[in-house]
Amino acid sequence: MTAVLQVEGLRKTFGGVQAVADVSFAVDAGELLALIGPNGAGKSTCFNLLNGQLAPDGGIVRLGGRDIVGLRPRQIWRLGVGRTFQITATFASLSVRENVQMALYSHAGRLRSLLGRFGTAFTTEADALLGQVGMLDQAGRPCGVLAYGDLKRVELAMALANQPRLLLMDEPTAGMAPRERVALMELAAGLARAQKIAVLFTEHDMDVVFSQADRIIVLDRGQLIAGGMPQEVRANPDVRAVYLGGTH
Amino acid sequence: MLTRNKLLAGAAALVGLSMAAPADAQGPVKIGELNSYKVFPAFLEPYKKGWELAVEEVNAAGGVLGRKIEVVSRDDNGNPGDAVRVAEELLSREGAAFLVGTFPSHVGLAVADFAKQRKVLFLAAEPLSDKIVWDSGNAYTFRLRTSTYMQTAMLIPDAVKLNKKRWAIVYPNYEYGQSATAAFKKLLSAKQPGVEFVTEQATPLGKIDAGAVVQALADAKPDAIFSSLFGPDLAKFVREGQQRGIFKGVEVFNLLAGEPEYLDPLKEEAPDGWYVTGYPWSEIKTPEHTKFLNAYQAKYKDYPRLGSVVGYATIMSAVAIIKKAGSLDQDKLIAAAKGVTVLTPFGMIEYRPIDHQSTMGAYVGRVGVKDGKGYMKEWRFVDGKDVLPPDADVKKMRPGN
Amino acid sequence: MTFASIIIQLLNGLAAAASLFLVSAGLSLIFGVTRIVNFAHGSLYMLGLYGAYTLIEALGRTPLGFWTSVVLSALAVGLVGVLIEVLVLRRIYRAPELFQLLATFAVVLVIKDIALFTWGAEDLVGPRAPGLSMAVEILGRRIPAYDLLLIAIGPVVLLVMWLLLTRTRWGALVRAATQDREMVGALGVDQAKLFTSVFFVGSVLAGLGGALQIPREPANLELDLSVIADAFVVTVVGGLGSIGGAFLAAMLIGVAKAFCIGVGTVNWFGAEIVFSKLTLVVEFLIMAIVLVVRPFGLLGKPQAAQRIAADPAPPLTVPSWTFVLVGLALLLAVPVAADRYVTILLTDIFCFALFAVSLHFIMGPAGMVSFGHAAYFGLGAYAAGLLMKRAGLPMEAALVLAPLVVGAFAVVYGWFCVRLSGVYLAMLTLAFAQISWSIVFQWDSFTGGSNGLFGVWPSAWLAGKTAYYYLALAFCGAGVALLWRVLFSPFGYALRAGRDSPLRAEAIGIDLRAYQWMAFVLVGALAGLAGAVYAFSKGSISPSTISIAQSTDGLIMVLLGGVETLKGPLAGAAIFTWLRDEVARRTEFWRGVMGVVILAIVLLFPQGLVGGLKALTQRWREAQSREKTA
Repeated sequence: MTAVLQVEGLRKTFGGVQAVADVSFAVDAGELLALIGPNGAGKSTCFNLLNGQLAPDGGIVRLGGRDIVGLRPRQIWRLGVGRTFQITATFASLSVRENVQMALYSHAGRLRSLLGRFGTAFTTEADALLGQVGMLDQAGRPCGVLAYGDLKRVELAMALANQPRLLLMDEPTAGMAPRERVALMELAAGLARAQKIAVLFTEHDMDVVFSQADRIIVLDRGQLIAGGMPQEVRANPDVRAVYLGGTH
Repeated sequence: MLTRNKLLAGAAALVGLSMAAPADAQGPVKIGELNSYKVFPAFLEPYKKGWELAVEEVNAAGGVLGRKIEVVSRDDNGNPGDAVRVAEELLSREGAAFLVGTFPSHVGLAVADFAKQRKVLFLAAEPLSDKIVWDSGNAYTFRLRTSTYMQTAMLIPDAVKLNKKRWAIVYPNYEYGQSATAAFKKLLSAKQPGVEFVTEQATPLGKIDAGAVVQALADAKPDAIFSSLFGPDLAKFVREGQQRGIFKGVEVFNLLAGEPEYLDPLKEEAPDGWYVTGYPWSEIKTPEHTKFLNAYQAKYKDYPRLGSVVGYATIMSAVAIIKKAGSLDQDKLIAAAKGVTVLTPFGMIEYRPIDHQSTMGAYVGRVGVKDGKGYMKEWRFVDGKDVLPPDADVKKMRPGN
Repeated sequence: MTFASIIIQLLNGLAAAASLFLVSAGLSLIFGVTRIVNFAHGSLYMLGLYGAYTLIEALGRTPLGFWTSVVLSALAVGLVGVLIEVLVLRRIYRAPELFQLLATFAVVLVIKDIALFTWGAEDLVGPRAPGLSMAVEILGRRIPAYDLLLIAIGPVVLLVMWLLLTRTRWGALVRAATQDREMVGALGVDQAKLFTSVFFVGSVLAGLGGALQIPREPANLELDLSVIADAFVVTVVGGLGSIGGAFLAAMLIGVAKAFCIGVGTVNWFGAEIVFSKLTLVVEFLIMAIVLVVRPFGLLGKPQAAQRIAADPAPPLTVPSWTFVLVGLALLLAVPVAADRYVTILLTDIFCFALFAVSLHFIMGPAGMVSFGHAAYFGLGAYAAGLLMKRAGLPMEAALVLAPLVVGAFAVVYGWFCVRLSGVYLAMLTLAFAQISWSIVFQWDSFTGGSNGLFGVWPSAWLAGKTAYYYLALAFCGAGVALLWRVLFSPFGYALRAGRDSPLRAEAIGIDLRAYQWMAFVLVGALAGLAGAVYAFSKGSISPSTISIAQSTDGLIMVLLGGVETLKGPLAGAAIFTWLRDEVARRTEFWRGVMGVVILAIVLLFPQGLVGGLKALTQRWREAQSREKTA
């Protein structure tokens, strides 16, 4: 079985600084891979290279065997990649349900209609997704008034709307209260495993990482310095030296 | 639904207002006046004073048709769209007998076309465009002011006399400047074969880059310059040219620059020796002008500008037309306007039946400086009828005449 | 051009650029920190000239009197700026984006009439600079010594500003706020004080720019609007918030203009090109080119997303059928019940309502502000007129085809515009409008040039005012209905989604640019329809239908009614048109009165009229229900 996401020799330089240097890894269906590293290690750059926001200087990114380097984010999404952002990005003036419907309409290619009425289709599907993330009771509220944790859930529902093969989650629990964090990640992990979705996520909260990730890879100054099962990584002296330091 | 209430209230107010102004047959005769008061205040404030004086005099003398006159005045915002709207308002709500006024060419032409559509008399007061009585002339429109062509033609004899070979031209980039330039080139070439126009500068109205323009003119090494600049553009042009010394040994002709509106702001820097058209108000001694001058100064404690004369003559013309028609019927008014004669501060004028242009003249002379102020010297009055083209040419230009 | 004249024209351009740079630097500073599009900046410049004139007359035409006057005038203008900030703008910083523009527009009207009242209508020609009234000979040509001084003043002010911005704590705060306003608030800096001080400095620069012009330019009432457009162009070409960029841009534009004049008329390949006529539009041409090549100006940086902007736009609500039907019934009854002039005024209002609704569509839900929306209105008017006069089509066909022609223009203009964002986008729309305007204004043989087109009257069966009233109601009503309908379609929702979060829209597969481009075309065509209906109601078309003033009117209508509601632009168009008609008739100082009325509305209803009324009714209902439960 080929991996859902396969990255080989990914490189990106900003003005002479190697932000990402020769990074290779793979994620399998239903697997949660955490990408960790200290601030400035190149995690965000790496993410943006995968989702099409940035163009790499070299390397291969394969999605289910297909090279996706050079594609725009919206094309990559059409190939089955869902995303959540470090700072939530939802449509503030639309209701929670409409946000999810927007993703569903887009997935079905039905946004170009000028005269139809938006919101009449995909209600059941939207509500089902909202039910999965526990937001059904707030479906009618505008996103602009939601609590931050709830926005994260809406994002997750939107990311799942196109039945993705791969979910990219950039700091999914940033800005949340500690107790909420584990709950959200448990929810995401549960959905991903049930639907056989591959998940790649970055995360600062080590409790979340070590409790939820199946595997962990560690990035430092643009290079992968370690990778493996959580307990292996925890025990790796290089990782302890550059990243965990004395705190754990 | 407060918004709806608001709309209802607005509509009710509009209806209420409309009810409040029934046309009273025995009330005053209403003349609808529209002009770009806020866009060209320097000319139009004196203009307004001029027509207010005329209204006062006419009513003191018993009015017309046994009724007083009233001028209902509106600001057209310098915009033809607004002008057509207020023209409609003057006619349909205020019950104005006909329309007078307007300043810029495009507004004058738009209202002229509107008058044609509505079949009402329009007496264009100030717009200088030749088109208003010629190319775009119509049966309903008459024009008071000495036109661009006429004023240009008045300067031609002096230009010919100087016999300068190389001419440079500068003009504001819109109808007035363009047609002044065209008329000047045509008339001078006809009178003085071999004349050369060495450079032309079209400057955006009100935004002349005077330094650069003056330099560009000088680079062409002209013997003489023809300019139709006015207002702030003229002031900037004069100052830059004098500072850079480009007017030395060069004769300059400038339309309108002798009008107090544009000459007085220049104060001691008024360009000595320039050939201009204008209004030497303090030196005109004809009885009709003296009477006007005294009345104006008594009423306003200020001297008249050219605009004052135009405003005054506009209302006097309107009244003469009504008197001659003996009625407010449009057909009779228009028939009366053809060939009507009016005594203005500039003497007797006639609205020519052939093209509806008045024969109002203008003063031509040279600029002098005295006591730190510009004035017109060596001036003479040119009657409008002497500078109009031959009737055959006029007929050719005017559609459907 | 000879070498000497090239050098001299270069100097002329640099001298002309000096004041423009000062004004633009002030504008850039104010915009950078407060994000306010300050229309009144030109008025401050104008006050600088008037102030200097008056002070010089009082203090005497000596070098000391002159320079004291220049400095005092600039400082006084700075205080006027502070007054505007404290009395008006401070109260509406949290209003929806661009609402402050409405307030500053009102200030323009008020200042203009105050200036008219104080200084009169006649141009005031100031003295030459005492001690510097001579000319200096360069390459056999004379250049005023004062011009050379101005050329030196530009870099000096640039240096002073640079020191101020990089070497002082105040400067550090200004730079930080220009990058990220929210961060400065988070740092515990007194934002109100910072804004006031920035307004003071920016206004002093405008006043100084004006005062320094007094030996070169008569003080007159047209200066405010003639300088503001140029100042915006310079600010945007240089890059918003970049003083150095403003300097470069001012020099570039000043010199380009001087060369257009210097080159004069040229024969190229048998065609005569009159460069001096380009001065009408050269700054906008430069802006269009710069923005297409560099979307953030010469030295600008991509703007940090403006998180503080105001609260997110509230959801749109569908207008109720009661509202639509009652409104329609009332309007249908007007020709029967009211006098003829009401139908004429309402016909105007219908055209402006469709114009405003189309502008609202693009700047509200679609999130792309247009400063040049008159392009489509005016081109619609011209398309209709030209199809009838030049192509000989019947009026009915011209009316129906005009929107399609305008749509074709919008395809081109929109393609460039959707590649930009924020104020840069807005200014590119303005550039296209001005380029269109200048072509229409100068193409005498085709468009009628500055005079416009005449005899554009409707067919006989529509010639009656009542018949045309119903036609206008039908066409404009259908246009508004269509735009409203589209707003609630999947397409309209996608636009709103893109406005709320371009990042998320892209991440769920929405090709936002394509949608925005389509929106441009749709909106352009309908604004064109409004223009076509307007043209036939007036019988004539003039270039002022494409002018900046027409674009501004549209913005005022939308903002006055409230950008966040659907009915806002309708109410704004109706009230603005009606008010202008009413006020203009009652007072000579109608402009000032309009300004005061708009200011009152701005301060009472910072969400616009309809938005404000909505909030009021809601509060009232809440109070009632509280009473009931008590």
